[in-house]
Amino acid sequence: MSQLDYLAPVTPEEAVRALGAAGARPMAGGTDLLVQLRAGRTRPDVIVDLKRIAGAIGVRQEAGGFVIGAATSGAVLGEHEALVKAWPGVIEAANLIGSTQVQGRATLAGNLCNASPAADSVPAMIAARATCVVVGPGGRREVPVEAICTAPGKTSLSPGEFVLEIKLPPRPARASDAYLRLIPRTEMDIAVAGAAVNLVLDAQGVITEAHVGLGAVAPTALLVPEAGQALVGSKLDEAALARLDAAARAACRPISDKRGTAEYRTKIAGVLARRAAAIAYKRAGGAA
Amino acid sequence: MSKTHVSTTINGDPVEFLADPGMTLLDALRDELELTGSKEGCGSGDCGACSVILDGRLVCSCLVLAPEAEGRRVETIEGLANGSRLHPLQQKFLEHAALQCGFCTPGLLMASKALLDANPDPTETEVRYWLAGNLCRCTGYDKIIRAVMDAAAELRQERV
Repeated sequence: MSQLDYLAPVTPEEAVRALGAAGARPMAGGTDLLVQLRAGRTRPDVIVDLKRIAGAIGVRQEAGGFVIGAATSGAVLGEHEALVKAWPGVIEAANLIGSTQVQGRATLAGNLCNASPAADSVPAMIAARATCVVVGPGGRREVPVEAICTAPGKTSLSPGEFVLEIKLPPRPARASDAYLRLIPRTEMDIAVAGAAVNLVLDAQGVITEAHVGLGAVAPTALLVPEAGQALVGSKLDEAALARLDAAARAACRPISDKRGTAEYRTKIAGVLARRAAAIAYKRAGGAA
Repeated sequence: MSKTHVSTTINGDPVEFLADPGMTLLDALRDELELTGSKEGCGSGDCGACSVILDGRLVCSCLVLAPEAEGRRVETIEGLANGSRLHPLQQKFLEHAALQCGFCTPGLLMASKALLDANPDPTETEVRYWLAGNLCRCTGYDKIIRAVMDAAAELRQERV
């Protein structure tokens, strides 16, 4: 603690330089980092606060999609009408994290880079096919969200790199998404399992594109292509839902802990995937 | 390592202080500025006893670093009453006996203020969800919810 320094760069380049120092850690909302700091689970020498970087807080529409700055809080996301309309599943997932107070600070980029297997927004971003703009000493690269987490608490980011922006792709007509998680109470808890489904329909209500993300059922949030594939070509009939359920369960490799057994998590992941698919289908304009 | 000089605005007044870079805003308020109304319950963002409003957003001051307050506006419980005149939320908390030990009360009042600033006519469900991050181990919450609903009604009356 006594060595700790605080820097608040105003450009990405300054942030990269600051993060080049030994023991530097980036901070977006800080709702995970400051808890870990206090508990002694991380001992950085420098905290590099990303909030003062131009554009780090805010949402802009670009090339038909959305670009979300790394330090944009859940509260800001939830108030962005066009974003909520286009990506209700991503935003409902982000807004499930913590309390009102936590929503005033917590960010998508932080939720991702904290690398908890149970992070609520991550399966939703994965199903949305969101990407991250990563900047670092080697320059700028854009990678899919699912390429960031490698294990609980571990990311693929190199030293000095950080996520500057999250990008959500353009939205065709008749498309929507949904995220559901199971917790034993109604608020303020960590997912036992979570499922996100992102669908695109044609004019007849036939699913032409489907992506499924699962959380808290593996060391990292998962993209489950087989689960998405199970829905394509269907109008979300029972046979398609059963295939989705089975594919989701087949992808699970959870642990058993105080929140739930591996068997329970696996079963619930299938159930949540079904229910999230039904919500996404209805939101996309399909006849439920 | 040197201390960071922080210039900020607290309850409308310009304030300057020195902070260790790792110091939380809560510790700065309590230990540097002697504003001890904000309480530390958990120190991890779970209990809401340290709730303050930072640039119009409700936050846990235990999850904000003191240097982050540079150039920002901070509202704390000390700014809620107007001199000796209680804010309607404070008055209704008293009338409804919405506190016992009082430790959670500053945080609940600031959280309730942030809600009513944004939504003058919340439903009971909205109040309950909004306040889910403020823990009270004495009252059972029901009196708190009633006090907030009553204060909201009174504030709406004052507006017309």
